Amino acid sequence: MTTIQKKPVDPTAHLTAEDIENLGKELDAIRQEVLDTRGERDARYIRRVIKAQRGLEAGSRALLLFSIFPPAWIAGTTGLSIAKILDNMEVGHNIMHGQWDWMRDPKIHSTTWEWDNATPSDMWKHSHNELHHTYTNVVGKDNDLGYGIMRVDEDQRWQPFFLAQPLWNFINACFFEYGIAAYDLELGKNLAIPKEKRSEEFKTGVKRTLGKIRKQATKDYLVHPALSIPTGSFLPTLAANVTANVVRNLWTHSVIMCGHFPEGVETFEKKSIDGETRGEWYLRQMLGSANISGGRALHMMTGNLSFQIEHHLFPDLPSNRYAEVAPQVQALFEKYGLAYHTGPLPKQVYSAWHKIVRLSLPNGWLAETTPVNAPKQLAKLYKMTTGGPKVRRAIEARDRQEARRRAEADAA
Amino acid sequence: MTDTLVRPNDLDRSWRSRLSRVAEAATTPLLPADYLDLVAPLRSGTDLRARIVSVHPETRDAATIVLKPGADWAGHVPGQYLRIGIDVNGVREWRAYSLTHGPRADGLISITVKAVPDGKVSNHLVHAARPGTLVHLEQATGDFVLDPSQTRLLFVTAGSGVTPVIGMLRNLFPVTDAGVVDLPRSKRLDIVVVHVAPSEPDSIFLDNLRELDSHGSITLVPRYDDQHGVLDVDALADLVPDLAERTTYACGPGGLLDALTEHHAEKGLELFTEQFRAGFVEAGDGGTLTIGDITVEADGATPLLDVAEAAGALMPSGCRMGVCFGCVVPLKEGAVRDLRNGAITTADPISSANGGVPIQTCINAAAGPCTIDR
Ligand SMILES: Cc1cc2nc3c(=O)[nH]c(=O)nc-3n(C[C@H](O)[C@H](O)[C@H](O)COP(=O)(O)OP(=O)(O)OC[C@H]3O[C@@H](n4cnc5c(N)ncnc54)[C@H](O)[C@@H]3O)c2cc1C
Ligand code: FES
Repeated sequence: MTTIQKKPVDPTAHLTAEDIENLGKELDAIRQEVLDTRGERDARYIRRVIKAQRGLEAGSRALLLFSIFPPAWIAGTTGLSIAKILDNMEVGHNIMHGQWDWMRDPKIHSTTWEWDNATPSDMWKHSHNELHHTYTNVVGKDNDLGYGIMRVDEDQRWQPFFLAQPLWNFINACFFEYGIAAYDLELGKNLAIPKEKRSEEFKTGVKRTLGKIRKQATKDYLVHPALSIPTGSFLPTLAANVTANVVRNLWTHSVIMCGHFPEGVETFEKKSIDGETRGEWYLRQMLGSANISGGRALHMMTGNLSFQIEHHLFPDLPSNRYAEVAPQVQALFEKYGLAYHTGPLPKQVYSAWHKIVRLSLPNGWLAETTPVNAPKQLAKLYKMTTGGPKVRRAIEARDRQEARRRAEADAA
Repeated sequence: MTDTLVRPNDLDRSWRSRLSRVAEAATTPLLPADYLDLVAPLRSGTDLRARIVSVHPETRDAATIVLKPGADWAGHVPGQYLRIGIDVNGVREWRAYSLTHGPRADGLISITVKAVPDGKVSNHLVHAARPGTLVHLEQATGDFVLDPSQTRLLFVTAGSGVTPVIGMLRNLFPVTDAGVVDLPRSKRLDIVVVHVAPSEPDSIFLDNLRELDSHGSITLVPRYDDQHGVLDVDALADLVPDLAERTTYACGPGGLLDALTEHHAEKGLELFTEQFRAGFVEAGDGGTLTIGDITVEADGATPLLDVAEAAGALMPSGCRMGVCFGCVVPLKEGAVRDLRNGAITTADPISSANGGVPIQTCINAAAGPCTIDR
């Protein structure tokens, strides 16, 4: 992927400023229609989901008190994993977006909600709602793009360090909740600052995050296993909690990767969002997100982030409405000649991983490598990895020149 | 502790607190209550709630709602009101309603609601509320209650203003299937009720008042606007000749209460009033309202409470008419206008530095840009 501004063919080139404003108005109208009809049905939906989530969690944890028996372990661990996923996705993520604030129920409100996750909800709200949703896919501004540790764009200069990024990404997926906590704290940036110069805000943030992690860990790894001791189930229950947390982490990581990473999703330059109009903001959200297709259960388990496009256009509409507005949104993509990226989960996950692997290698390397030229390509990669920046730049320049020549030859 | 004597009660309590700490550690980040409330919402120790038991129509546009309150309901004195929070079209709305009965043996409580035109909550309660619905409550409050030392009373009620008075009368003169029960405590009372309504069929509780009247418990003086013309307060002495010897309790529209207050003050008579809504007179230019990270345009006629709630903020509230101070929040910057009299309150730098000027959001509107805290 290359920022849209540097692409040979800008996928929005055919749109006039007027088109973009009209597109914005049509999206506003879709949003207004939902606001006008928001009511009891929606309230009933979220209450039902919360009730089901709590029932499932309580039931699974009760079952796990007997986790020494394999069927109880399997059913309990499955249930707990699903409960944790529901808590984080359909319930927590969406409530913290303010999707249900209109109900004025203090128990289901973005300002009071806390979730089953390492990062305290208000810190997550800042980095997610204020930064990611505002600067979606703007390179250098949206830290969700690679979480500051990955190469997510051809324009980022390749370094040998990035060879390991598939591994980083996998480790991040397994410990995703801690990854998010570190990311909400801007841990990397802050650790680079000398200890005495770190901000008070960072220090209290660390304290609060550690406090939250301690409570979460006490529940999952101490209290719940301890309560299972009477049946001799301490260790199996501990294992069940570890499993459920890892399953939740892998799942949420995959869903989130599918939202902005699959091939075809666009990124943007920092400069391009100066003085952005509402229509242009909408356009960036449309091009910067991808959906996952599937059935109702899948949508529920992804917190309706399978409608990532709709979610990014209307982050504060109740999640149960995304499926309803999706056909209208898709029709607008068609009307304005834009690509609506969607695909089944395995395809999107593969696509996102493929991109991560591709970008972990120098530009063009993966595409150019064939079984025949593999030894030569590996030698080149070895040289680029072990040589200094100068060597890399020389090889990159030569590659670019060759590519240009080939393109000219093709054209002639 | 001075010596080692541990009472069983203390032991019990420390065990319970230890248990509840374990329960909290097991349910974090939620509370054990979040789970228990799903199965036992009316239990003791949780937020006060109630379940609608039944809805009885009183007139075309009024109904009595019978509620089973949660275990922590602390009871009430007849004449008091409670606040009820009910979800109307998915949105939690809080309103005040007078309790229309004395303490009941079955522990149930009731309110009687008249649907006002375009009224969100009153229409919902009268026409759409279903038995089984869970609602939220606050404990009864209000000082519109009888002074037991007074025996000669005059009640002036207008429209739905009859509700707190019915609560008092039902407590004094319970009615069973066999008719009105004469209680010793009510023997010495001499009560006149001037009951005002637009017309006879619109009159809530008319049957109850008539029954008490024919039993001799009260003297009922009904006044229907369509038959008798609008009640002239100065002519009250014609309807109640011994007016000067009575303590007056009045509940009804602001205009009637204002006239009564003036009339009684002039004559030096004792008067207790209850009002259901504030009379707003002054509106002016509005401004931008900021609450935390929410910014909205607030016009000069809408209370800040309504503006903030519509913008999705969670605001403290109470009577919504300026009497309970349940909605007070600090004004950090800017100015607000009291909708009842136009008085402007401005946040000055000194009070802002000290947390802001406390204002009631239910009767103040924006008077230019203003910033409040929750
Ligand atoms: C202490 C106290 C006790 C009360 N006791 C009772 C009671 O026992 N029975 C009862 O029916 N009501 C009672 N009320 C009034 C009740 O709280 C609500 O204000 C009323 O039901 C209207 O609410 P709503 O949501 O239907 O109207 P809203 O949707 O809030 O208002 C709709 C329209 O009705 C107007 N309006 C608001 N309140 C009234 C009113 N009281 N009369 C006429 N128009 C109004 C508004 O200005 C607006 O134009 C009491 C109020 C207080 C403060
Ligand atoms: S809500 Fe009672 S004074 Fe404002």
